[in-house]
Amino acid sequence: MSRQMTKAPPSAPEGPREAGEEPRLVFGDAWDYAPAPESPDHVTIAPRYDLFIGGAWRAPRSGRYFDTIDPASEAKLSEVAEANAADVDDAVRAARAAYETTWSKMKGSERAKYIFRVARAIQEKARELAIVESMDGGKPIKESRDVDVPLAAAHFFYHAGWADKLDYAFHGRRPRPLGVAGQIIPWNFPLLMAAWKIAPALACGNTVVLKPAETTPLTALLLARIVEEAELPPGVVNVVTGAGETGAALAGHPGVDKIAFTGSTEIGKRIQKALAGTRKRLTLELGGKAANIVFADAPIDQAVEGIVNGIYFNQGHVCCAGSRLLVEESVHDLVVRKLRDRVATLRLGDPLDKNTDVGAINSKAQLDKIRQLVEAGEAEGGERYSSSCALPQKGYWFPPTFFTGVSQSSRIAREEVFGPVLTVLTFRTPDEALEKANNTMYGLSAGVWTDKGAKIFWMAQRLKAGVVWGNTYNKFDPSSPFGGYKESGFGREGGRQGLSAYVELDG
Amino acid sequence: MTTTRTKTKTDDVAIISSAADAPSAALARDGDDGAARARLRVNKAYKMYVGGAFVRSESGRYFQVKGAALEGAGADPDVVNVPRGSRKDARDAVLAAKSAWGGWAGRTAYNRGQILYRLAEVMESRRPELAASLERAGASPGDAAAEVDASIDRAVFYAGFCDKFHALVASSNPVSGPHFGFSVPESMGVVAICAPERPALLGLVSTILPVIAGGNAAVAIASAEDPRTAVVFCECLATSDLPGGVANVLTGRAGEIAPPLAKHREVAAIDAWTADEALRSALERDGSESVKRVKTHAPPTLEAWLDERSGQGLGFIERFLETKTVWHPVGL
Repeated sequence: MSRQMTKAPPSAPEGPREAGEEPRLVFGDAWDYAPAPESPDHVTIAPRYDLFIGGAWRAPRSGRYFDTIDPASEAKLSEVAEANAADVDDAVRAARAAYETTWSKMKGSERAKYIFRVARAIQEKARELAIVESMDGGKPIKESRDVDVPLAAAHFFYHAGWADKLDYAFHGRRPRPLGVAGQIIPWNFPLLMAAWKIAPALACGNTVVLKPAETTPLTALLLARIVEEAELPPGVVNVVTGAGETGAALAGHPGVDKIAFTGSTEIGKRIQKALAGTRKRLTLELGGKAANIVFADAPIDQAVEGIVNGIYFNQGHVCCAGSRLLVEESVHDLVVRKLRDRVATLRLGDPLDKNTDVGAINSKAQLDKIRQLVEAGEAEGGERYSSSCALPQKGYWFPPTFFTGVSQSSRIAREEVFGPVLTVLTFRTPDEALEKANNTMYGLSAGVWTDKGAKIFWMAQRLKAGVVWGNTYNKFDPSSPFGGYKESGFGREGGRQGLSAYVELDG
Repeated sequence: MTTTRTKTKTDDVAIISSAADAPSAALARDGDDGAARARLRVNKAYKMYVGGAFVRSESGRYFQVKGAALEGAGADPDVVNVPRGSRKDARDAVLAAKSAWGGWAGRTAYNRGQILYRLAEVMESRRPELAASLERAGASPGDAAAEVDASIDRAVFYAGFCDKFHALVASSNPVSGPHFGFSVPESMGVVAICAPERPALLGLVSTILPVIAGGNAAVAIASAEDPRTAVVFCECLATSDLPGGVANVLTGRAGEIAPPLAKHREVAAIDAWTADEALRSALERDGSESVKRVKTHAPPTLEAWLDERSGQGLGFIERFLETKTVWHPVGL
């Protein structure tokens, strides 16, 4: 799908190639790609969705519904119930009843089979889920199809197997479920985050009330349908849709034993504060500003692929996005040139098109936030490069962008953009790289690119981050614990370690 | 009586009465035996332990702790002045802990274990002093001996755990794809501890040791009812090869010192064992401003602390560990 050319593309910003400069790889401009959309014919989105409480679909007591739209077209997809405090109360009561009467009493091996059913149903409905995920959230179909949905199924499959093996998990300490878990998830990986939250909670014997993000409620509701079809006991999984108020009602409900939240550090702090003195358990997976560190001895072409994957995957709507590129000074110009060439090839557009690399920004609000931070980056003297790709007329779009010549103290280098915006900084020594990488209130993830094994481990030991990717980036697996240091939150999701978030241990 | 005692009465001075309220007798006792054998006792100044040094409060404040006079129990008047630590003392201790953390975490697990074992050896040689101090604060001789024994054994327990908990909490992750993935525990950094009021020694030992066994540095607030025993324990720490600053112990009022620690951005975690429910809530609230790992507990009974199942264990270490996951591709 690519071929090597030596002529500069028409859109190349700089002048003719200088003598001695190596030939440049040029993609993109040579061929036009015919549209290759995934057909949504197979998918039926209901005009309206109610709340899933106690195994039944219920109209909200609030009497209110809100629209969920396709951010790529701004077209309304459906309307979704807005749960108020009374609805949340119903859901928590249903979850409590299910916990007391069935789920906590059920043998682990029986719980496991229910969870396996959910995993299987996600696989059976994979195509539908991927299409709806891309329509509701704007992410490219190749990501929802190849990453989000398969990983969601894998999370249920993985945790199903733990349900009857918990006595092995804690070295002789006996685990007990916590009770009702309130789970509040973000809009960047809607189905996957639901899976990350629900699967371990159920495996450990808890029941859940899930609050999906208001801009991306649809796949959580399809998951509720799967739960229904898998005949889980009523009330084991409840889904209450709504915005921040619904989430606050859930976090503040006295009948909830545990809150699991994924989202911004700002809201995470608010939840932690609200829970002070309540004895509720809490895990937080919050923001990040990850350093992706490229040493001069790294395989540069692979590193550039890793940089692109690190920041432009899912439009940069990734808490662990490699949003701060730290490049060893001697290869800065080379890396930046290759990065610019590569970014120019990224195909932005219809999320349902199988060739799309960069989809739509999730919401108007998020687009505004990205624009504001990018303006700040320009105002602070950063040199901006944005892909010259055409942006569709309707919908929310932002071209893949990076900044060079940025100081560590500028907002664009410190604040989480949560968009396709990279900041490039340089370093001269490993110690300086480390110092800059750790100089942040966040600590979710980091990347290291080098050919030297010992250097990777030296860096990995010293980076204050919950996940370190060596010569790779943005890899996830249900068997692999994920979570942050410092203000990126606490608790882990995935692996044996992730089970701790949903059990009480003796001793 | 040949001594006169002046009592300063200001708001900054409080007398915490722990056991027998008997008048001072030590010097008079010696005097009763005859002038020929009289020797003026050398009193010990009780100080906080910060950065490997014994220090007074920068504030100059103190509180007084009473205790029972014990026959032949060593030099100590019945009422001693103990530093009343301030917010600034807390910040100094955090700085000392933060500075010591990297070196401590960077030592081999084996070396940390050896140092904690050395601590047990030093405590063993100070058994009489530790026990006498507990008795002076009101413990019966039997209870004091049992508490000291359990405290020393706890040091041995955590000494042996330093190079083993990794194997229990780490994992090799069988990820789907051509990647080698593993997760390892790491220390969090500076952990602030409100030690339980009682048992003053076993509670302090049981909360500090798992934290430093995990590679963290600790800033602990000692029991205000019996800070003397905490200071004796600090003398064990000081002679155990533990690098200065790894364990710091402040004396004073938890309600005054703990909240600034909970707000301090260089403190990664809080472990509060206090019956003061309002203080527990306040620490949870204050800690949220920097997403601290805040663990609060209503203090358990002496029996629970003495118990090898509930008073010690992997859970005590694991609470103050982070998990770091590392991925690398596998291929040619």
